[in-house]
Amino acid sequence: MARQVLLIEDEPNIAEALRFILTRDGWQVATLADGAQAMATVAQVRPDVVILDLMLPGASGLDILRGLRADPVTQALPVLMLTAKGQERDREAAVAAGVTAFMTKPFSNSEIVARVRAMVAA
Amino acid sequence: MKSLMGTRLRERRLALARKQGEVARAAGISAAYLNLIEHNRRSVGGALLVRLAAVLGLDAGGLGDAADVAAVADLRQAALGLGLEADDPHAFLARFPDWAAVVLGQGRRLAGLERALGALNDRINHDPHLSATLHDLLSAATAVRAIADILDETDDIDASQRKRFQRNLADDSARLTHGAQALVAWLGQGAQAEVAMTPQDEVMAWLADRDWHLPEAETGGVDEAGIAGLASEAARSMARAHAAQAVRDAAVMPLAAMASMSADPVQVAQAFGVDVIAACRRIAALPRAAVGLVICDGAGAMTFRRALPGFALPRSGAGCTLWPLYAALARPMQPVEMLAETTGQPPQRFVLRAFCQTLLPARFGGVERRLAAMLILPAPAGASQGVVMGPTCRICPVAECDARREPSIL
Repeated sequence: MARQVLLIEDEPNIAEALRFILTRDGWQVATLADGAQAMATVAQVRPDVVILDLMLPGASGLDILRGLRADPVTQALPVLMLTAKGQERDREAAVAAGVTAFMTKPFSNSEIVARVRAMVAA
Repeated sequence: MKSLMGTRLRERRLALARKQGEVARAAGISAAYLNLIEHNRRSVGGALLVRLAAVLGLDAGGLGDAADVAAVADLRQAALGLGLEADDPHAFLARFPDWAAVVLGQGRRLAGLERALGALNDRINHDPHLSATLHDLLSAATAVRAIADILDETDDIDASQRKRFQRNLADDSARLTHGAQALVAWLGQGAQAEVAMTPQDEVMAWLADRDWHLPEAETGGVDEAGIAGLASEAARSMARAHAAQAVRDAAVMPLAAMASMSADPVQVAQAFGVDVIAACRRIAALPRAAVGLVICDGAGAMTFRRALPGFALPRSGAGCTLWPLYAALARPMQPVEMLAETTGQPPQRFVLRAFCQTLLPARFGGVERRLAAMLILPAPAGASQGVVMGPTCRICPVAECDARREPSIL
């Protein structure tokens, strides 16, 4: 069965590009634009890895990450957080909250595919 | 450099109609030497100054007047600022008063430029419009890069998908252009705004430089040199009024006694028998106080603006109408407290405490004036959700707001 990735990103064009490259790499991709639905969607989709934008409408990526880590079911779920340059303080907070890895925007497609693969293999 | 020591001694001697030789003898120096001193060609201090003062019936402490003392301190500071140690600034000031004025003027100019640089730096780091524009640029750049990579590296994309990517690429390129233009406009406007710094901005920058606490006020002192360094006379006069107010506040609400008080201005007002706005001012002027403070008059015009990191205040114009500051303005003498939440990511929570008092008119039939203050305090951990508010409509991203008075540029 193909592995599942849940992409939580509010920028539709970034989401579409990521969905395309990950699908071609053999992933099943579910996308979500609104942070408020994140926890419910994770419970429903049961992804193998989550790609999470730090700045989202509804709820911040940091809040979602904390929610995931607080739930025993998703405690160890690999989470790749997308941040922008200049959000160093938020990155520190994400490390404290238990993020698995970061990717800084703008990223290269091959980097993100390699990172997602590595996170599941580990 | 008018009131030089030698000149003052000479004026005093002439006023007493005493001969140079006679005064010199009484002070134990030669007439020629006194002549050099009186013409500011030799500096005078220490025991000789005390003897001369005694002979002329002057108070030696009062002789080195405040301006000279401040000028000497500023000269030392100017040298230290460049990592140099210059000896005997008294002699320099006495012998080359005009050149000393040049050095002092340059020192003040440097301090002013450093302040302006600090203010610019603050704006770049805390301007919500700028950070929103940069975020938008980065998002667009991220999409452009991802899509361009795909179009470049993938040969077998079906036609409809390719078309969609091309359209997205065009959209995001337009966003990039738009964002870059907005950034250029912002930078241009910033350059003008910096030149046209208002006197109030100057005073706030001066206080921010001092971390909003004036230690000399605790002992009744005023930072004359710092105030003299402000660029406009209006700013100097406002800063003097503020410093005098700080001295009065410190006298009635001593630092030691304030240590045991919480940041509740109503309790502080009752404990010290002062008005609530004085208590607000004092709470926000304590050393290392993590509080913001806004004071406005009856027209809502802000006369004091101290932001707290996370709770930005508008650079000019009125604040968010949801601020309890304005509710308090309409209900004098009633404390208004509100839990607030900022629109930033992640949102931060604050406790806002506002109070308005009417000021006694100057006489019967005089005008009624109102003054309102709002303390901004970090909310305690676990505080419930507050009212969501931005600094001011123009740069506020809250979409559904009944209180909005103009569209947001975000």
